[in-house]
Amino acid sequence: MKGLKTFSIGGVHPPGRKYLTDRKEIINAVIPGTFVVPMSQHLGSPSECLVSVGDKVSEGMLIGKSSGFISSNIHSPVPGTVKEIKDIYLPNGMLSKAVVIELEGEFDRLGKEQDTEDWKSLSKEDLLGIIAESGIVGLGGATFPANVKFMVPKGKKAEFLVINGVECEPYLTADHRLMLERADMILEGIRIISTIVEPERIAIGIEINKPDAIEAMEKAAEKVSFPLEVVPLKVKYPQGDEKQLLKAVTGREVPSGALPIEIGCVVSNVGTVHAVYEAVVLKKPLIERVITVTGGGIKEPKNLKARIGTPISSLVEECGGFSEVPEKVVVGGPMMGFTIYDLDTPVTKGTSGILALTSKEVKNTLRTSCISCGRCVNACPMGLNPTTLFKYIDHGEYDEAEQIGLLDCKECGSCGFICPARIPLIQGMRLGKKMLRKKKVKA
Amino acid sequence: MSDKLSLLVESSPQIHNSDSTASIMWTVTICLLPAGLWGIWIFGSRALFVLVASIAASVLSEALMNYMAKRKTLMDGSAFLTGLLIGYNMPAAVPFYVPVVASIFAIVVVKWMFGGLGGNFMNPALAGRVFVFFSWTSQMTTWTMPRMLKAADTVSGATPLGFLKTGLIDFNGSVSGPAQFLAQQGYPQTAVDGRVIDWINSTFHTHLSGGYYDLFMGNIPGSIGEVSAFLLLLGTVYLFYKKIITWEIPVSYLASFGLLVWIFGGRRYGLSFFSGDILFHLFSGGIILGAFYMATDMVTSPLTRKGMIIFGVGVGFLTFLIRFYGSFPEGVSLAIILMNISVPLIDKYSKTKRFGITEEKGKNNE
Repeated sequence: MKGLKTFSIGGVHPPGRKYLTDRKEIINAVIPGTFVVPMSQHLGSPSECLVSVGDKVSEGMLIGKSSGFISSNIHSPVPGTVKEIKDIYLPNGMLSKAVVIELEGEFDRLGKEQDTEDWKSLSKEDLLGIIAESGIVGLGGATFPANVKFMVPKGKKAEFLVINGVECEPYLTADHRLMLERADMILEGIRIISTIVEPERIAIGIEINKPDAIEAMEKAAEKVSFPLEVVPLKVKYPQGDEKQLLKAVTGREVPSGALPIEIGCVVSNVGTVHAVYEAVVLKKPLIERVITVTGGGIKEPKNLKARIGTPISSLVEECGGFSEVPEKVVVGGPMMGFTIYDLDTPVTKGTSGILALTSKEVKNTLRTSCISCGRCVNACPMGLNPTTLFKYIDHGEYDEAEQIGLLDCKECGSCGFICPARIPLIQGMRLGKKMLRKKKVKA
Repeated sequence: MSDKLSLLVESSPQIHNSDSTASIMWTVTICLLPAGLWGIWIFGSRALFVLVASIAASVLSEALMNYMAKRKTLMDGSAFLTGLLIGYNMPAAVPFYVPVVASIFAIVVVKWMFGGLGGNFMNPALAGRVFVFFSWTSQMTTWTMPRMLKAADTVSGATPLGFLKTGLIDFNGSVSGPAQFLAQQGYPQTAVDGRVIDWINSTFHTHLSGGYYDLFMGNIPGSIGEVSAFLLLLGTVYLFYKKIITWEIPVSYLASFGLLVWIFGGRRYGLSFFSGDILFHLFSGGIILGAFYMATDMVTSPLTRKGMIIFGVGVGFLTFLIRFYGSFPEGVSLAIILMNISVPLIDKYSKTKRFGITEEKGKNNE
């Protein structure tokens, strides 16, 4: 199709493989007997743990308190007893304190009719307060606290509110299914957010590999009183990154090192918008999210609405287990997700998918030297030169790497995906950034 | 269920494109095969032995360097491809030690002295070829006639370009271009060529002289793998389809070379500007092989698209200079090697445009 919007620099086309789950309705996951709820599920400082071993908790009770400006509240996903508080490794390799809850007692919400709140009388500050209380973070994967994101700084104006319905990561269909099944609720969520940020225009970007979602959003948009532009986008990874999405939808470029509000934009993912709706209208804290459990190694791929803290093994079992031995199990999408070695790792707020990938899908081959093919340079959506960056970092020349834009790298994985020599470019970028931070702390 | 699994843990991205270094090398090799088979067919089994010698020397050198450097790179296909390309750049009658020395020089000196694949700053195959060309010039310029032009008394002959270079030195007549010059001076042509050119002339109302069909199909003396422009181009279709090469280098190379030939090419026949014979010069010599298979060597070409275009134009310019004003009939290898050397400079001045960096801000950063 010609004339469709997309971002201008770089990008790759990994095989989508969304057909595994894009026609499967979201179903509630089985509730297991034990939950492990980490205190660090978001960008920023870990939450302060409010419970101790032996405490009784109820469904949706606050168990972790936001511990700073960029931090978030954490609620108990189920009623039960705190059995243990221990340190666990999160998929990204970080150590986090986690509360182990054994299921016990009555659910306060599950299976019960909920009152709906008439939120229209509430002020901006009240709404932001509810969002913060409910522990809502960006569900697209970055897990940035939503209340901070929606707070437009003094002196700045939000011209655009752009809703992210791109879901550019291969395999994942959680946002896709949400748009199909809960378009009206997403629209209500958009209305709540627009009350807070007061944008001049509201748009939602959706890639054209989801024609049914585009149609569903257009239909839902007809019924509401505010104008919502549904913008179909060409399929290209990483269009779901906020910088690329804004370039595609508004044509504006977020300056290097700045936030979207610098160019008058606020971005929110459809999953987050849906969570805002649930928090404000249903008064429900963020204790569950939609997760796509899929991959060539999963017997029956599904879209599951699972509670935070559910062990991944429980979800895999619900999908019929492994059909063949996977080469790796990934939490998140295949381009930016993390591998885990322990299937008892729990689901957190940022878990958008669980993938069991076979070696056929991974396509690992022997690593060779860089043959300077330049594919990474052409793939980088930030216009960086990944191979030169990697060489600098490999030689310990971190300042030189910073000078040619290391800190602009978002680790989207385009370079590492395309590299024929299988050079661990993203690992290099992460190392480089870490060493730079270390150096700055010392200085 | 988790205790029985052994899962791979690594950094994102968790999936990869199907292309690997080895698959790229072997695909290029396969795309080159038709042209090589043609060379073996028209020059005879001797051509096959030359190819075998150069490939064997190249692969064995790689194995030796692997042993010394304690690395395993034999299966990446690069040594095989280097050997194949060296063989393609040899005349069929060359003594066997020539391709063998070229291969050893290419792999040991040009490639491994600089760290193996990826470290070399010159195309190994071309550097090897140039090395033996200057060492054994007469052996490297003794050409076997293809089977369709072989008369009872001629076993060897000049390539069209070589014939042109020597013939023009003290030529005082008047011709309309290189093809007519060759025809006039009795350069051999096949019967099919006559029929095809006649058909083209009568169908499209053109006035082509004979010889273009032979040039295009490869019914001419020359290096084993360079003669058939047609089969080399056929191979590039797959290379483009698999996105192993991009248009930048070949197109900018051929376009800049063609433009210069068109503007200045007629001058050596005493004709006006803008009358050069582009077609003749594109299909003679090693231009097609050079533009699509050698200048595009990833290791020794620039990283960015902008850089690739600068590189291609540079190669085109140098090829033109050497061919028209140098003492060699050919100029492709030297032109590519000279531009290989300037790749670091080109890379330095052809950076990509960064996202979110405006002109002023970019300047402040530096």
